[in-house]
Amino acid sequence: MALFFQQVLNGIMLGSVYSLVALGLTLIYGILGIPNFAHGALYMLGAYIAFLLVSSAGVNFWLAMIVAMVGLALVGMLIERLVFRPLMEAPHLNSFIAAIGLIFIIENGALIIWGPDFKRFPPIYEQLYHIFGITITLQRIIIVVTAVSLIILMQLFIKKTIIGATIEATAQDRVGTQLVGINVNRVDLITFGLGTALAAAAGALIGPILLVFPSMGGAVILKAFVIIILGGMGSIPGAIVGGVMLGLLESIGGGYITTEYHEVLAFGVLVAVLAIKPTGLFGRQH
Amino acid sequence: MIPFPKFLTPKRLLLALLILLVLAVPLFVTSRYIYHLLIMACIWSMAATSMNLLMGYTGQVNLAHGAFFGIGAYTTGLLMLKFGVNFWLALPAACVVAAFFGFLMGLPSLRTRGSYFAIGTLCFGVIVTVIIDRWDSLTEGQRGLLGIPGPAPIPLPFGAQITFDTMASTYYLILVMLIITVFITHRIVRSLVGRTFRAVRGDEELAGSIGINPFRTKLISFVASTFFAGLAGGLYTSYIGFLSPEISDFHVTFEILIYCMIGGIGTLAGPIIGAIILPVISETLHALAAYRLVAYGVLLTVFIIFIPTGIVGGCKIIWQRLTGSRLTMENR
Amino acid sequence: MAEADGIKIDNGEQIGMLFETKGLTKHFGGLVAVNDLSFHIEQEEIVSIIGPNGAGKTTVYNLITGLYPVTGGRVSFMNEEVTGLKTFDIARKGISRTFQSTTVFSQDTVFDNVVIGYRLRTRSGIFGAIFGGPLSRAEERESLSKAEEILDFLELSPLRNQIAANIPQEAQKRLSIGIALAAEPKLLLLDEPTGGVNLEEIQNFIGIIKRIRGSGVTVCLIEHKMRMVMDISDRVIVLSHGSKISEGSPGTVSQDEKVIEAYLGPGYAA
Repeated sequence: MALFFQQVLNGIMLGSVYSLVALGLTLIYGILGIPNFAHGALYMLGAYIAFLLVSSAGVNFWLAMIVAMVGLALVGMLIERLVFRPLMEAPHLNSFIAAIGLIFIIENGALIIWGPDFKRFPPIYEQLYHIFGITITLQRIIIVVTAVSLIILMQLFIKKTIIGATIEATAQDRVGTQLVGINVNRVDLITFGLGTALAAAAGALIGPILLVFPSMGGAVILKAFVIIILGGMGSIPGAIVGGVMLGLLESIGGGYITTEYHEVLAFGVLVAVLAIKPTGLFGRQH
Repeated sequence: MIPFPKFLTPKRLLLALLILLVLAVPLFVTSRYIYHLLIMACIWSMAATSMNLLMGYTGQVNLAHGAFFGIGAYTTGLLMLKFGVNFWLALPAACVVAAFFGFLMGLPSLRTRGSYFAIGTLCFGVIVTVIIDRWDSLTEGQRGLLGIPGPAPIPLPFGAQITFDTMASTYYLILVMLIITVFITHRIVRSLVGRTFRAVRGDEELAGSIGINPFRTKLISFVASTFFAGLAGGLYTSYIGFLSPEISDFHVTFEILIYCMIGGIGTLAGPIIGAIILPVISETLHALAAYRLVAYGVLLTVFIIFIPTGIVGGCKIIWQRLTGSRLTMENR
Repeated sequence: MAEADGIKIDNGEQIGMLFETKGLTKHFGGLVAVNDLSFHIEQEEIVSIIGPNGAGKTTVYNLITGLYPVTGGRVSFMNEEVTGLKTFDIARKGISRTFQSTTVFSQDTVFDNVVIGYRLRTRSGIFGAIFGGPLSRAEERESLSKAEEILDFLELSPLRNQIAANIPQEAQKRLSIGIALAAEPKLLLLDEPTGGVNLEEIQNFIGIIKRIRGSGVTVCLIEHKMRMVMDISDRVIVLSHGSKISEGSPGTVSQDEKVIEAYLGPGYAA
């Protein structure tokens, strides 16, 4: 029984990280209409920046995470401006391929600069807690709490601020928003920055647990896509719920079914769902 | 009766010259290394051409293309190594098995569109790689398949035979296969079937309104594409003699994708040009894999933004600007 | 009365009911876009469907051609039930259409655009393409010559090698008609074929539509340009808010109070 709860907790932790990544991805998709395939690579960079700040410069973890978020937000905006904006009028395929190019650059750049070895965060929040017979490190609690806070903050931002409303409006009707005088280019930029910042936060949060290495974005981005396809591209609740469900599925499934093929559980589910409902679980035809 | 001058257009003459040139290669090449480059270029050209059939002409991005290359490779490898099957049976088997899996995968996934389809194929590709990797009782997993023999000699009348022990003979075999692949692709692309592919690529709804079944069209293209991917994989196996699960993974798909995009999708020459130029450049630069891949990434991103039709497409644009002519399907 | 191909023949004259809908209905969630619509089209007629914006005219086309699933009602064509068939099957049965927003294969030449329109009348597949053979060669020749014929018919030959995206809007409209005609339809559904076309060119279009009818194709037309509708139509059907409010000859319909009310609002009827 305790083992089961352990899996559940693990699943929630994983899930909250997936949700963060998926949330950023779905934000960007809602505005730009293209899935940013390089999102995972940016998540990886977030992890590296946080790691470098903490391990080499002894910076406080929270500060490091914030710096990573801001830094990656800037990188994200740069990418939007230089790569995706020129491709707005082109077929979606081209944006997809450009994102693939970016992955090549970023992942292998990281490989060159930092090497292929797995980086380990210095122990920060290693205190153990024992609740109901389960052991849990503080780090894991922090991950969940921070992720949830960020998600709530993001929701509040979207729903309660003017910029947030602008983002939603642009996602719904790009032409209409332009007609009322909103600078959609700026909206794109901000959204991209926000979405990327969330990915960076996710990377920084999970770094201490999963270790940091150049190709860590690969599996995560695919899972994030699975989440937003199942949850509905552009749907924020879909990203959140989907993320947690995937985390639970992987954790519990991995524990009880088979660890050999558990990575592909998510992908198998996706293929099966798309086979039955080609527009995703909650999706409208995009 | 076809009039003599009309038959030999400049384009055909150029092509004939090119073929003569590549056939004559063993006359002036002795280096094993150069042979290796040429042979690999041919194999990647086949893989790229097959990807282009689906992506460039039918407009669907199959990000599991490498998986079908791998399925073809492993089919040949396993048949030859574990079941003692003759190469000349194992190779067609590779094509058929790859096409069969292409059919299986295409059936559910081709009803999805755009990004959903691309990601669905991506997932499928990962599943294939993981299965090859973990099912080690069959595939030897990470240990890989070692010592796969080359093609068996072909018996000729009067006790002679064609053997494939030399680099030159292997080169000829793979070159012939490439020529066949390109020829068949050319026939498909120029035909009404090719026009149908392009219609589906151009506008699926419009194509439907003129009686074209987009799903069926995409499926046919998908199966044809994976058939030749399997062929390339089978040839790869028998040349290299060694396989590991990485031969089916995403990086293979990426490389082939880059060859297509840089060379020029939607053209016959594009994938071949990409498959020749890019590996040659990266080999001669003697760069570490990571640097090469960064360069690929930069190239890909720059090209897709500024020259999305690739080298061949770019050349055509320049040609059209210079001569002011327009190219229809007939003289493309 | 004798019957041949489901078209009734009476006293040696064909009075064909080519096409018919009964009770055609479409709901989008709570919105009723098309409401219990019944009408018919006879062979070689030119029928116009008119009505204020949002009346559901294009939706009717989409229902007929299988683009939207039908909520209720039936569609029959040449005495065969075709309700809910897939779009490409409808085309094969002999119904072609154009779209309100000009739809052509924008990256291809005008000639290539029309060639593919004939594809549904050919059978050759991938093996024929690879190995050749008399069937595929013949069908290719047929497709190419059909394209020439259509280009001539629509006076598009001078533009044949232009990329479709680069030709003028009015030529693109003609091209989209050409693509639909290449499929050799018995019924051609045109959706605002003169949208964005200026007054001089409209005469040209009127001529084209009459020529189409003259070649044996029945034409149904969604149009807003009233003078054109009155000039060219044998019958006019008026839709408003998804329902048929009037039907008859152009003269009759233009005097109908309900029609005037639908367009101009209550109080304008004579």
